[in-house]
Amino acid sequence: MTPGPHGLGPRLPGFGRRGVRGVSATHAAWAGWALAALIPLSFLALFFAWPVVALVMRGFVSDGTVDLTGFADVLGRPRTWRLIGLTLAQSVLGTTFALLAGLPVAFLLYRRAFPGRSLLRGLVTVPFVLPTVVVGVAFRSLFVPDGVLGFLGLEETLGGIVVALVFFNLSVVVRTVGGLWERLDPRAEQAAAALGASPRRVWWTVTLPSLAPALVSAASVVFLFCATAFGVVMVLGGARYGTVETEIWVRTTQFLDLRSAAVLSILQLVVVAAALTISARTRGRREAALHLVSDKASAQALGRTRGDAAAVAATAAVVGGLILLPLGGLLLRSFQGPDGRIGLANYTALGTTGERGALTVTVWEALGNSLRTAAWACAIALVVGGLVALVASRRPRRTGARRAVSLLDGLFMLPLGVSAVTVGFGFLVTLDQPLGIEYDLRTSPALVPIAQAVVAVPLVTRTVLPVLRAIDPRLREVAGTLGAGPGAVLRTVDLPLAARSLGLAVGFAFAVSLGEFGATSFLVRPQSATLPVVIFRLIGRPGAENYGMALAASVVLAALTAVVMMLAERLRGDHGGGEF
Amino acid sequence: MVSLNSGAGSTVTVTDTGVARHGAGLAVRDAVVRYTRPRDGLWRPARAGTTAVDHVWLEVDEGEIVALLGPSGCGKSSLLRAVAGLEPLAGGTVRWDDADLAGVPVHRRQFGLLFQDGQLFPHRDAGRNVAYGLEAQHVPAPERARRVAGLLDLVGLTGYERRRVATLSGGERQRVALARALAPSPRLLLLDEPLSALDRRLRERLAADVRRVLKETGTTALFVTHDHEEAFAVADRVGVMSDGRLLQVATPDELREKPASRDVAEFLGLS
Repeated sequence: MTPGPHGLGPRLPGFGRRGVRGVSATHAAWAGWALAALIPLSFLALFFAWPVVALVMRGFVSDGTVDLTGFADVLGRPRTWRLIGLTLAQSVLGTTFALLAGLPVAFLLYRRAFPGRSLLRGLVTVPFVLPTVVVGVAFRSLFVPDGVLGFLGLEETLGGIVVALVFFNLSVVVRTVGGLWERLDPRAEQAAAALGASPRRVWWTVTLPSLAPALVSAASVVFLFCATAFGVVMVLGGARYGTVETEIWVRTTQFLDLRSAAVLSILQLVVVAAALTISARTRGRREAALHLVSDKASAQALGRTRGDAAAVAATAAVVGGLILLPLGGLLLRSFQGPDGRIGLANYTALGTTGERGALTVTVWEALGNSLRTAAWACAIALVVGGLVALVASRRPRRTGARRAVSLLDGLFMLPLGVSAVTVGFGFLVTLDQPLGIEYDLRTSPALVPIAQAVVAVPLVTRTVLPVLRAIDPRLREVAGTLGAGPGAVLRTVDLPLAARSLGLAVGFAFAVSLGEFGATSFLVRPQSATLPVVIFRLIGRPGAENYGMALAASVVLAALTAVVMMLAERLRGDHGGGEF
Repeated sequence: MVSLNSGAGSTVTVTDTGVARHGAGLAVRDAVVRYTRPRDGLWRPARAGTTAVDHVWLEVDEGEIVALLGPSGCGKSSLLRAVAGLEPLAGGTVRWDDADLAGVPVHRRQFGLLFQDGQLFPHRDAGRNVAYGLEAQHVPAPERARRVAGLLDLVGLTGYERRRVATLSGGERQRVALARALAPSPRLLLLDEPLSALDRRLRERLAADVRRVLKETGTTALFVTHDHEEAFAVADRVGVMSDGRLLQVATPDELREKPASRDVAEFLGLS
């Protein structure tokens, strides 16, 4: 060991080795990154691409020959066009109203400071993570003829579904737009005002254009969620109303008409791909635009101006009418027993299998199933989604590698848009022999967690990735010059800085898995049914007792999800990461 | 002559200029750094990039402080990054004690780096920032604590171990960053505009401190700046860069008296 040049310490043995060793270290790094990309890619290929492609192919190949008559057949039916029209109408209306309702709320929650703001922010987030089935049940209990809003006649109508979709997607708008708004430099607006622009003119010429990337990004994500909504439409639409997504389900499970289902899946994929492309483009612009904004929060105290008063009124209406009313209504109705008396009858019935044996398991057993399944799904999603975020956060020097990284990022957004029903049914079609191996994965208890993980992975990635990308590359360079190898840099720089967002991602993944309905309803066996599946079954069965149980079970599931999200929110802290 | 009893307990003696035996230290030979511009579209060919460092030769002897002086965009930071191993060379070599460093990754070069904005780890307090390089060397905890204390003392921040990074002023951050860069005893310290983000008075005071600390620890240093007063205050020799080329390398006195060209004289404000 040789002493250092200035006595601050001995040299580390082997510290200055050079030449061949250095080159092999570079190769090892490449191999490491390739492996990190390969694990999630294999997961995506086996559990998403293959099932979806296999299902779609089934629609085009009959008796070993390509048969495209399915397209003409399905597109020739007036019913198909009605369904497409309804899907588009539902998506456009849902997106428009979510934007209109979300803007004043975003303004109030991210540009104004007042006591109780963080509580209100948490409340606005709740709908997004609530299981779709719960949302459906909550609104249904409002819309039924003897419900609070029964007089509006929204039961089993497009209007009723749009209201529920706005409720569901409000937080996407508030968080995406608010996140940008919060960091928008107020001096641009002040400069415009100093130049003589009225508040209205400032809004139209400065604020709105600055927010445009976030607005478009939020709009495309909301459009996507509306277009592929399943649970909400199934519960609220009843027999009278349907969309492309529910029709895929109806075609495959009720009529075993795979060909029509495949054509519909492709139509939906086209819409989804278009929405994702727009979203990705604006996201790129938005991340670039973020360099222009100040990083310190610019919220002012709530004033007595007309604008602030309008924002308060609008937020009160949205939060009160759209969030508190259905959730409060659900809670109250859940205490109204089958005989009309107020009490805990519905909750005590959760220990049974329902009126006339509606279920195979008790609701509490289903809750256990849900927790177990969600824990596994969460673990899988965290590994896969975490690796995707890690690889996608790198900025390789070579153009080709850079392109590959952004492709990987985009690929893993796909499960967000592709119908969960398609994924679920694809599993049934392909996983009897995964990769030709004689192991029927369909009977494996791993099946449902894997399907839920496919749905949760994009959320994990989108939560962790922005945080990793925001780490200044020079921080890693400094760590390198201080003697930390690539592995040590990941452990001591990336991991601690992303730790909070990883915690938030765990919460998201867990909450999403708890509420997953589309794929689970296809795959789960009666004896291992999860809570959302059980709730849907209870609604579909006649009997006041079953309905009461569905309400109580929805409250339990909603409370559980809210607790998970609140714990996760605490991890997020002040500086928000992620998109949702 | 300066005698220093540093944290590790051994005494080092260096001359006033810090220059040790000739030939040892950093040698940059005919170095070229190019940036390829990203392609506009998928099918268009890559366009020729810009040459940031254009056939530069430079030597820094052990114990010496050399400043690279030039306007922004002249390639001085690119040269520094190439020496650190953060930027690949398109031509030429970077050598230490006559051994080629091509293929030696950043973390094995033992070259410290100090950025303009410090780049302190936000999730670690001041003391653990300084300790980072020592942890990578697996220095035992008690020894590490003693050396961290010694280094914070050296940069004038005695007792700052538990301070959170967010509570430090700009000048304090740069002092912590300097202590952190010195902790693993780098063979060479690279400083990239370390004082440029600070206000003028603080910059002048810190420039003197940086020179004192580098000399007391006998650290070989390559220092990048666009401020010639700062370069003259800190460095033993100054290299003037323009458009990727190194125009002249000389002591501050020689530069003032005999600028090699009009460009050099103009940049130094002498003409």
